Amino acid sequence: TLELTVRASPTGPGGDMQWCFSQVKGAIDDDVAEADIISTVEFNHTGELLATGDKGGRVVIFQQEIENKSQPQFRSEYNVYSTFQSHEPEFDYLKSLEIEEKINKIRWLPQKNAAQFLLSTNDKTIKLWKISERDKRPEGYNLKEEDGRYKDPNTITSLRVPVLIPMDLMVEASPRRVFANAHTYHINSISVNSDNETYLSADDLRINLWHLEITDRSFNIVDIKPANMEELTEVITAAEFHPHQCNTFVYSSSKGTIRLCDMRASALCDKHSKLFEEPEDPSNRSFFSEIISSISDVKFSHNGRYMMTRDYLSVKIWDLNMENRPVETYQVHEYLRSKLCSLYENDCIFDKFECCWNGNDSVVMTGSYNNFFRMFDRGHRRDVTLEASRENSKPMQVLKPRKVCAGGKRKKDEISVDSLDFNKKILHTAWHPQDNIIAVATTNNLYIFQDKVN
Amino acid sequence: MSATTAMEVNAEARRILAVSISKLYASRTQRGGLRLHRSLLLSMVMRSARDIYHSSRESEAPSGPQPAPAEEPMEVGSGPGEQAELPAPQPELEPAVSPAETAEPGSAEEGCDGEFAEDKENRSPARQSRKRRGKASAAPDFLPSKRARLEPGEERYAAPLGSCRVGAGESLTALSLNRVIPAF
Repeated sequence: TLELTVRASPTGPGGDMQWCFSQVKGAIDDDVAEADIISTVEFNHTGELLATGDKGGRVVIFQQEIENKSQPQFRSEYNVYSTFQSHEPEFDYLKSLEIEEKINKIRWLPQKNAAQFLLSTNDKTIKLWKISERDKRPEGYNLKEEDGRYKDPNTITSLRVPVLIPMDLMVEASPRRVFANAHTYHINSISVNSDNETYLSADDLRINLWHLEITDRSFNIVDIKPANMEELTEVITAAEFHPHQCNTFVYSSSKGTIRLCDMRASALCDKHSKLFEEPEDPSNRSFFSEIISSISDVKFSHNGRYMMTRDYLSVKIWDLNMENRPVETYQVHEYLRSKLCSLYENDCIFDKFECCWNGNDSVVMTGSYNNFFRMFDRGHRRDVTLEASRENSKPMQVLKPRKVCAGGKRKKDEISVDSLDFNKKILHTAWHPQDNIIAVATTNNLYIFQDKVN
Repeated sequence: MSATTAMEVNAEARRILAVSISKLYASRTQRGGLRLHRSLLLSMVMRSARDIYHSSRESEAPSGPQPAPAEEPMEVGSGPGEQAELPAPQPELEPAVSPAETAEPGSAEEGCDGEFAEDKENRSPARQSRKRRGKASAAPDFLPSKRARLEPGEERYAAPLGSCRVGAGESLTALSLNRVIPAF
């Protein structure tokens, strides 16, 4: 098979990019409160806003400030813009099940007016939030005092027109729609359609199509639940709409396959238009082959010609026109293949890593353990391992590439596989849609790195 | 396959089975309910481990046939209030190792030892306890001591004798794996 081998850059940082520390958000102390664990990170379409969701059901939105004129080489900072409680824990009385408030995904809607809109979802319910700014308030009502008390109408002798006076900026988040009760299983993905009117939500067995304005009904477009649950062999792990073709979406499965569906073909898209699957390498067969082939994330490229999938050990790039194998395969942490049994025991093998494209689809990024994250430069066939840590957090400090020693003699500055901290995992990363700014989430901190060269 | 490697594979398979069962049990008390994806993956690993375990055992002891009492789980269907989707004290899988031990990666060696399942598999069905959760039956020490209750929404799986789709020679674990998923 034709597989592009990626050579590590021989000296210095990977590719032409030099990544520098910019900011870190979140608590400093090592004692992580479970509610603070970051569960999703997403830039909006301009990159001006960066949203994070956490296990406690909160959404925090950061806004990029106007560029700092005194330090032109250092792009602007992200500061907290809005914080709100998106989801609360709920209890399903019929099933005696608690519904976690953890935010699984956030997706921004393209901006249509002054307000910003995003969709956030937990395991069962999707919500549309409106985030709007208020920087003026009315003053001079005729019937009300300034503190809100109503005046006695008999005391009013003249009329005036209330005026809007400036006030400190207030950012308000209000839930505009609640899309509930459509999922029996746990929601893993939401994706806004390019038509800006509909979106899909996917759980383990079903995918539903919603209209953003309508909350009491959704269309079921994929249903892989077998008649007899004992015959279940695979579940849906991720789903996404095509960035330009509003009739096309893909969903990935726990068996390592991706199905592309065309909604014009039929109302129920159980028959795929394309099935992307790579034959398994029989020499790699083990107890855990099925687990590590399960796809944890699928993302279309911005140009819509490729899609990327992440399984436990690798990232694969697929050409939408070629179904029988990926066009590129990148090993994220192949040195873990011999440790799968231990990773099964400590549950790490179930970790769901996400992946992302840069703005022009030339570089892809994904996370790993020990707070490492990896970038693969498709064009230059280079890759780099970087680390998000407090030790490398001086302003504009250039990140030094890291190297894991798989076996044999460990060189200086290398870290051996057995020294990796598997509790420090980077599952969620995001890349600014236009610039080389990345957001990398460790367990409870959000790191923002920038490319030194513009 | 040589005797020693068969034994190693056997021990490895047993260990993985034990770890998997404890994970399945732990996931029942997890916040947010049973995760279908995770349960499916666990059951797949268990299936592979069980298949390897059986095939390595057959290569170990090719002399005697294994009259595994496949009918045993059927009798349990009549136990009032004791039906659980994940039958716990599967006699096959009573390793001496506790989940805490299995969680340490390198502790495989002191795990399951010889006194493990051979005798129980060859026990006549009559001797098997009807009430799998009774005080008389020795529950493996890594499983919760509390009797498992039927969760709302779970079905009582009453499979009459002889209608079991599990073929003769397959063990209790075969049935239990198939019944993990219907818990949803």
